[in-house]
Formats: sequence, C-alpha cells, structure tokens
Amino acid sequence: MSTDPIQDPIRFIDERTAAAPMLRKGLRYLFPDHWSFLLGEVALYCFIILIATGVYLALFFDPSTAKTVYHGAYNELRGREMSAAYKSVLDISFRYKAGLLIRQTHHWAADLFIAAMVIHLMRVFFTGAFRKPRELTWLLGLLLLFTSLLEGYLGYSLVDDLLSGMGLAIGYGVGLSIPIIGGPMTLAIFGAPFPGKDIFWGRMYIAHVFIIPLLLFALIGGHLTLVALRHHTQFRRSERQTQRKLVGVPLFPGQAPRSLALMFFVFAVLFLLGGLMQINPIWQWGPFEPYWGTNGAQPDWYLGWLIGALRLMPSFDVTISHFTLIPNPFWGGVAFPLVVLGVLATFPWIERKLTRDHSVHNLADRPRDAPNRTAFGVAFLSWVFLIFAFGAADRILVLWDIGYNTQLYIFRVAIWVVPAILFFVTRRWCRALRLADTIDELHEAAEHAAEYDATMRRGAGEARTQPVR
Amino acid sequence: MKLREWLIAFLTLLFGRVWRRREERRARKRIVPAGSPERRAETVVVILLAIASLFALGFIVTYAMFGPEQLPNELLGICLGMAMAFIGAAFTVMAKKLVVTEELEEDYPEEHPEEQEKVAQIIEESGSRITRKRLLMGAGAVTAGSLGLAAVTPALSLGPIWDTGPLDESPWRRGMRLVDEDDHLYRASDVDEKTFYTAFPEGVDKEDLAAAVVMVRLDPRALHLPKGREHWAPYGIVAYSKICTHAGCAIALYRKPTFAPVEPRPALVCPCHYSTFDPATGASVIYGPAGRPLPQLPLMVDGSGYLRAGGNFSERIGPGWWNVRSQPS
Repeated sequence: MSTDPIQDPIRFIDERTAAAPMLRKGLRYLFPDHWSFLLGEVALYCFIILIATGVYLALFFDPSTAKTVYHGAYNELRGREMSAAYKSVLDISFRYKAGLLIRQTHHWAADLFIAAMVIHLMRVFFTGAFRKPRELTWLLGLLLLFTSLLEGYLGYSLVDDLLSGMGLAIGYGVGLSIPIIGGPMTLAIFGAPFPGKDIFWGRMYIAHVFIIPLLLFALIGGHLTLVALRHHTQFRRSERQTQRKLVGVPLFPGQAPRSLALMFFVFAVLFLLGGLMQINPIWQWGPFEPYWGTNGAQPDWYLGWLIGALRLMPSFDVTISHFTLIPNPFWGGVAFPLVVLGVLATFPWIERKLTRDHSVHNLADRPRDAPNRTAFGVAFLSWVFLIFAFGAADRILVLWDIGYNTQLYIFRVAIWVVPAILFFVTRRWCRALRLADTIDELHEAAEHAAEYDATMRRGAGEARTQPVR
Repeated sequence: MKLREWLIAFLTLLFGRVWRRREERRARKRIVPAGSPERRAETVVVILLAIASLFALGFIVTYAMFGPEQLPNELLGICLGMAMAFIGAAFTVMAKKLVVTEELEEDYPEEHPEEQEKVAQIIEESGSRITRKRLLMGAGAVTAGSLGLAAVTPALSLGPIWDTGPLDESPWRRGMRLVDEDDHLYRASDVDEKTFYTAFPEGVDKEDLAAAVVMVRLDPRALHLPKGREHWAPYGIVAYSKICTHAGCAIALYRKPTFAPVEPRPALVCPCHYSTFDPATGASVIYGPAGRPLPQLPLMVDGSGYLRAGGNFSERIGPGWWNVRSQPS
C-alpha cells in the first residue's frame, strides 16, 4: 500500500465523520475583500490572548480577602496589611517571572478587545449590515459587547487595589439604586453590606474566570455560526456583486494566510504593549479600604461613559413618601446603558418600520446611501461620546485648566445640542455626497455617450469607405 | 530473465499506484488555479520565520538569565511581540506572493419556503392524537414555570434576601469613643480647623461601611446645623458618615481654602463623582449628583477631653435604596 500524506488523513477523518463535503465547503467559504470586515477578527484574536493570558494568571491569583502582610519585592508596600488577592497580584507583577508581561498583556487585550468590538459595531451600523437577514447576528453581537463590559469590570475589580475598590463601591451603589429590588438583590450578591462577605470574592472570581467566559464562548460561537450561515455582506464595487451573488476570496488558500497574518500582528501589538506600555500599575494605587479614596481616579476606558453619566446627573432622588423609588445612580449606572442597549437592539426593527423596507440586504450600504441612518448614528454616537468625555472632566481640568463646574454646565447642554446639530449636518453632507456621485455618473455617462457617438460616426465612415464585396 | 520479470512485477506492485495516481493528478481538472512559482518570496518567508524563531529563543534566554527582581519586562515583551510580528510578516508574504488569490462567486443562501412548510406540517400533523391541545400546553407551561422557579430558588441562599437589616446596622452607640486608623483615641483638642480626620468607633471592624466618619472642625459661629442638632458639634467639631450617599465611595477630599479662597466655604467632596457636602449645614448637598445629605454623627466630649459619640447617625448611611429614607425599625 502506498501512502499519501494529504489524502490519507482526510480519508481517515471522512470515513469516521462523513465530514468531507462540509470540509470542502468550509475551505471554499468566501470572504468579501474589504479592510473594515477584519475588525471583528481583531476582537476575536484579542479574545484568544485574553483566554491564554487569563489561564496563566489564574494559576497565580488568589481570590481571597483574607488579610495578610506584604513582605515581597516591592519596597514601598513592605509591611503593609492587604488582602491576599491584592498581594497575589503584586506577586504576579514582581515575583513570578514574566508575570508582569502576562498581566499587562491581559489588561491591554481586554481594553483592545472591547475597542475592536465597538469599532466593529460602528462599521456594521453605518453600512446597514444589521438588516435582514442578519438581525440575530447583530443582537448576539450586542450581548457579546455588554457581557464583555461586565467581564472586564469584574476582572478589574478582583485585584482589590485602591482604584478597583472605589469602582466596586460604585458598582455596589449602582446595584442598590435599582428601584425596589436593588437593596435585597445587591445585598444577596455581596452577602453583606459593602465590601461584602469573603465569599463574594469567590463569586466574582468564578464569574470572571468561568461563568462569563463560558457565556462569551457561546455567544461568539453563535455569532460566528450565524455569520457563516448567512455569509458576509459585501460592498458593491462591480457589476458582479449583487444581492444574490457573493464575490470573495476563499478561506483556503486565499484568506487563511491573510487572517493568520492579522492574528499574529494583533498578538504582536498586544505583547509589545504588555512589555513596553505600563497599564494599571496597581502597586502605585496601594491596597483598598472602604474608607479610602483618591482623586483623579479613572476607570478602564470602556466604563468611562458610565462614570460620565453618573457625574452629569443633577442632584435628586425620586421618592414616594418615605420610600426612595429611584436613587440617583440608577440614571447613569443602569438606565443610561440600558437605553443605549435598547436603542441599538431594536434599531433593525425601528428602521424597517420607518423605511418600510422589508427586503433582504446582502449588499452593504455606504454611509452616504442611507442619510437618515447615518445621521442618526452620528448623533447617537456623539451623545454617548460626549457623556464618555465628561467622565474624564477631572483630567480635562488638569490638562487644559477648564473649571469642572464650567465643563459640567457646558456638557449638560452640549450632550443634547451637539447631537441635534450633527444629525442635520451629517444628513446634509450625505445627501451632498450622493448628489456629487450622481453628477459624476451623469458626466461619465455623457462622456461615454460622446465617445460612443464618435465611434459610431467613425465606424460608419469606415464602413462607407470599405469596398463592397 | 525470470528475475527481471519478477523485479518489474514487484516494482509495479510497489510504485504502480503512485505512478497511476500521479498520472491521474496530472489529468484531473484543477480546483485551485495554478500560479507561478516565487522562489524569492519563499526565501523571504524562511528568513522571516528564522528571525521569529530567534526572538522566541531570545524570550527563553531572557527568562532564564535574569532573576525575577531584575527581569526586564520590556525585553520579554519585545521578544514575544517581535516573534509574533515576524510570523505575521511571513504570513503576509505568503498571502501576497505564495498563494493564489482567487475571486470566486457564490450564491447567497436562499430561504426554503417549501422546507418551512414541511416543518410546520410535521409539527401540525404530529398532534393528530391530541384533542385538548391548550390544556396540555397550559399544563406544560405551568410545570416548566414551577420547575424553573424551583431551579432558581437556591439562589436565595446567596444572601439575606428578605432581611435588609444588615443595611440598617451601625456600630455606633452613645458613649463610644472615637479612634483614628491606628486606634489612637481622639481628644477634642487634637482636632484642628485646617484639615479633616477619619474616625472609627473604638474596638470595631473598620471595614464596616457604617464605621468610618469624616470629622472637621469649623468656627462654631459658622455652623447652621438642622434643628435639634444644636449640641451635636462641641467646639464646632462635626462628624459625618464617610461613605458618600450617592454611590458609596469614601469622602476623601476636604475643600478647605488655606490661601485666597477659590470657593466661598469649606466642603467635603467625594472624588468619584464630585458630590459636595457643606459640613456647616448638616452636610447638605451643595453640588454634584448625591440625592441626600451625609448622615451626621452626634459628638460629645467627656470629662477627660476625649471625643465620644452622642448616639447613632441621624439617618441610614450609604448609597440610596428603597428603604434608605424610612425610619429605622
């Protein structure tokens, strides 16, 4: 018997799984070629790094609030009382070789993971790729994003440094602020009033390293399966691309090395950041006690919008006689993100209702092709972004010396006025761009017509001079 | 002669399949179109991979050569990152030069109206023996609901769901002495006007959210405390819960102008969302998002000059929730 190094393993697999047709289809799965379709991939590769570095960190992290005294390598904290959790993260940073690299890479990967998802979401929104038949993909993507925000927050909180402790206190306050059920619910999760029972750390830990990652795996799996079942959208760059016909590069051999190259470049960026760019130097913040706080505290970037919303709210609680129905943090910490999620989640259906467009869309719009959607998207985005920016108002004060109070009143007006202005400006701009396109097309058509005319005349002349046979 | 025939037969047996297959392969129709060889690109890929391997080895060497204390994190990051970057570069060259990039067409998947109908038909026809469909559905729904509830019931063990008592608890009692973070007792004479102090009840867990108070001394003439609190501030010393009533951070800032004042009066500020409280008026909210004043702790001074609590807080401490404004039971 001769052997064939390629065919034999394939035969082996097919004989046992009957998967050859699926394999063949998979290898020839088509990817439409556009750089913006790679943003989701970037997020996926960040996720891979998060899992890999997270497994390493889990081998050294101690999710315990038991008090211990630090005797490690970092001089400034020697002799300080702190939780075992915080101490183990100091040890990861200073005691275990390569621990700091892995920890910082994990943190950078989390920040980039969510950034890539947000930009990917914007791409999908502004090209109308969420439309039928891809609404479910859109919904799963949104769930993925919001679950990741919680995952990031938990990971950040587990460290038990001064900043994360303040963040967790705010989480506790926001939890309490949920109308009626907030008190008992938050008390149940924490086990006791903040900082909670010791067991609470175990709960956060299992959620961060197991429950939510499992959920993320499932959501990513569902998201990618739906993408594959319905295929990618594509831009119409030639006559060949239509609503029914997809033009693209097959996974193998064309797309595979491209995607792998992107993957390794993402890995490279993350490890270079982890090695060269300091992030969350927890030894500088020190351990946390509920009665400590520090000024100029900023959370990870993806929670900035919530801080901004919490800070922008005017001072009031909604009360009914002596009951507090809606404590203040509810608006910024719960209502605001739910409104954003709600608007995004229902947008495909809202748009369908408004445009009465129920058809299937496999061609992606250019933003200018849907002026109303693009204008709304820009306005909505600017609303969220301005609130996000106000979350850093205390840094803006330090950087540019604009009074916090001045900023507060500017932002309270700007978050409503700027989106409104941007809506009309963007819509105008989109329409102008489309008009310019139409004029271009007419010009081209006219030139073609002129050329055609000339050719015809010449052709007729030639025909006349040709000898008759 | 015989030997030669044997030999040929043997070789045919051994290699015939391979030859035949090679022939077949040459004759069969290509799926992936052929491209021209690119020897230079292959060399480049090999070089890039070699550099990547060197960086990977560099990582191992760096790891081995340094002790944990002087281990250069930057070098580790550069080694690992550059190894990845060169692998990425190798794949880029492969993508551009060493594989055929085809642009193929494919139909988007369509809906299957017939199949949809069939599926519906199967489900509909499967119920032919059932006469009381709605009753059965209802029974199923009730069972699913109750089993679902039963499944989540153990979650009630997470914490005190029915009893929100822990949110009301406070360690402060009348007569308790005030200590600082290192358990030194506070005398009224220790409390200066220029700064703020954190105090706890003597002998109590300082992590208890209701334990920590922030204490400042003001000019007694500047005090305008709410009615009934006239005697809560001996020598102008006032104490308030240190936990912000907005979202539970510690009130860690005291705005006390020591030079030409930018703001008119001293104020307690939470660094999280800048809720600002006026200690002269019972910590009423003068700025920021907080919806309630900080609960005040009545103070008194004993015969030896030590500060003591005159009772419990004026209200519940901590961030707001349903019952935060009700009278404690």
